Amino acid sequence: MQSTDQTVQLSYQSDFEKFEQGLNGEKSTPRHALRRRAFSKFMEMGFPTSRHEEWRFTNIQPVTKTHFQPVPANQAVSISLADLESVMLKDVIRVVIVDGYFSSALSDLKDLPAGVVGESLAAALKQNRPEALIHLGAYTDSSENGFTALHAAFSLDGVFLFVPGHTIVEKPIQVIYSATKRNDPFVAYPRSLFIAGDAAQVKIVETYFGPGGQAYLTNAVSEVVLGTHAVVEHDRIQLEGENAFHVNTSSVYQQAGSAYRSNCITLGGLLVRNTLAARLDAEGIECRLNGLSIAHGNQLIDNHTLLDHIKPNCSSHQVYKAILDGKARGVFNGKIMVHKDAQKTDAKQTNKTLLLSDDAVIDTKPQLEIFADDVKCTHGATVGQLDAEHIFYLRARGLDESEARDMLTYAFAGEVVGSIGIPELREQIDLQIHSRLDRGRKGAV
Amino acid sequence: MSLLEIKNLRAEVNGNEILRGINLTVNLGEIHAIMGPNGSGKSTLAGVLAGRDAYTVTEGDVLYRGKDLFSLNPEERAREGLFLAFQYPVEIPGVNNSYFLKAALNAVRKYRGLEELDAMDFLKLIKSKLKLIEMDESFLNRPVNEGFSGGEKKRNEIFHMAVLDPVLSILDETDSGLDIDALRIVADGVNKLRSKENASIIVTHYQRLLNYIIPDVVHVLVDGRIVKSGTKDLAVELESRGYDWVKEETAQAV
Ligand SMILES: Nc1ncnc2c1ncn2[C@@H]1O[C@H](COP(=O)(O)OP(=O)(O)O)[C@@H](O)[C@H]1O
Ligand SMILES: [Mg+2]
Repeated sequence: MQSTDQTVQLSYQSDFEKFEQGLNGEKSTPRHALRRRAFSKFMEMGFPTSRHEEWRFTNIQPVTKTHFQPVPANQAVSISLADLESVMLKDVIRVVIVDGYFSSALSDLKDLPAGVVGESLAAALKQNRPEALIHLGAYTDSSENGFTALHAAFSLDGVFLFVPGHTIVEKPIQVIYSATKRNDPFVAYPRSLFIAGDAAQVKIVETYFGPGGQAYLTNAVSEVVLGTHAVVEHDRIQLEGENAFHVNTSSVYQQAGSAYRSNCITLGGLLVRNTLAARLDAEGIECRLNGLSIAHGNQLIDNHTLLDHIKPNCSSHQVYKAILDGKARGVFNGKIMVHKDAQKTDAKQTNKTLLLSDDAVIDTKPQLEIFADDVKCTHGATVGQLDAEHIFYLRARGLDESEARDMLTYAFAGEVVGSIGIPELREQIDLQIHSRLDRGRKGAV
Repeated sequence: MSLLEIKNLRAEVNGNEILRGINLTVNLGEIHAIMGPNGSGKSTLAGVLAGRDAYTVTEGDVLYRGKDLFSLNPEERAREGLFLAFQYPVEIPGVNNSYFLKAALNAVRKYRGLEELDAMDFLKLIKSKLKLIEMDESFLNRPVNEGFSGGEKKRNEIFHMAVLDPVLSILDETDSGLDIDALRIVADGVNKLRSKENASIIVTHYQRLLNYIIPDVVHVLVDGRIVKSGTKDLAVELESRGYDWVKEETAQAV
């Protein structure tokens, strides 16, 4: 007899066959050969299990035992901007991706400076944009695991952004990935490629958003490429629905003297796995990775990061925080790899977890692999509860207990939120955090 | 009716009795000083009054404004106008000093049936209070006490006190860690806030502060009991003779 997982795997196979038929003429292209290869890789590997070192603490059975159907092109449910009201930023250049497909109707790119390309990724590939062809998939290994393999097999669209050298995009670019309401569980495979040319500057906000009761999976891949001396702020705010699964693979590639800052805020989803890898492949690079996860109920949020110090004289600074309530679980695995060549690396990693209930659990694992001898690498992890003395101090000045707890909990989160360089986004996140702390306290899922 | 009436108060921590029958009455308009050697229970008394939950009250009653103090939780006591200036003010990373103070003040005002202050009025108020204790505005936008020097923390406590306008303030060793100039400024501040509508208990083990803030009564706390009460002269005597003679006197009396 077959296990459920295998049955599900076979459903993916028939999905893939149907998917291929829908591709018509594209079937004979070299790109499609890559899809086929990725799919057979998936059939060979299956989904990761807790026997895989990288997935040891994250039981993904809830994802693998459900058959999530791919959404065929042009069958995205139509939604309107009003549906996105709660997550839309006002003063931005907006891209909307619905169930994995770029929506021209909902996107608003008119404020893009001259020379900057922002369009559907499918369109960019169709036109053979050289930057898209060079970089797409160059930094993400599709055979990494079952999710990346499936993504490579099924993904058709997303956003392509190219900021030419020496161009500064003043307005932030917000990419909203929205899931819709459907009868059956479905999966969206958005893929995005962001390229900042030499000395270019841009702020990118990726917002993930979906309906409450719907069971769906977002299997997303984003790649960010920084030319020499490029400066990129990359904020991610994940507000998936409470029955959603979210598997995100983000890869960052940095060239000399570039500065990258990621603020990864995870609030939504039932089971979430974020994999973020930054490759510091030249000298004088700065990389900052900030993370904040807030979970309650039965949420599981897993953050795996890799800081890959390949060349000398680079610095990385990482602060990942989690606030866990109810029966929530958090996983943090932060790997810092310092290659033999990467002398004078300055890497600092901090992981802090605040447990608001006795049933919440965090598994944290720093992983330093250092092959150079003249480096400064530090890491520290703390797990704790709110400090009783702090609570008493606030109460003794007149705040009631829940107000005191909220203020302290919010203060814990503040360091990460504060490093977001877009005031409007900070405000939006503040609101989201406060409403979630509220819900957590009331014991809702 | 007295503002505060403590009757035969006994309290313990982890099974050790620290307060062993305290009797103390404070009326509006009065300043009481409590002096005593280290470890005699001064901070324990202050903590029990403010509602710190490390202590267990085993006996006795405390009436505050005619209410059973122990039926109120710490925030209710604060809203009723009881204020504790901590001996060791805690650093609270990430909580902005003025943001916190605004929340605290509005909680107190709401309880008292006053309208909450908006940002403008609040700013006006705190600026005038800052001036009173000669504190720099930069302290407003820093996290509560974080990175403050010992003296700055104590000054910040008095700043909070000035803003919250308490009825009964308990200053626990506010003088320690202050240099002579800061001591004078803090004492000036306390004196300016003094009125017929409020009262203070000043805990200290030096009489230095009492040169600037003249108490109506001085109590000596030894081993969890008030063993002697007197005027300001008692503080001077304690300063020159130490505590041993008081201890001997009480030992003989028992
Ligand atoms: N939380 C506590 N746990 C254990 N012992 C305590 C605690 N707080 C106070 N004590 C003990 O109670 C006694 C009185 O302490 P305290 O009230 O701080 O004295 P004072 O303020 O007069 O110096 C001391 O012996 C001290 O060690
Ligand atoms: Mg003390």
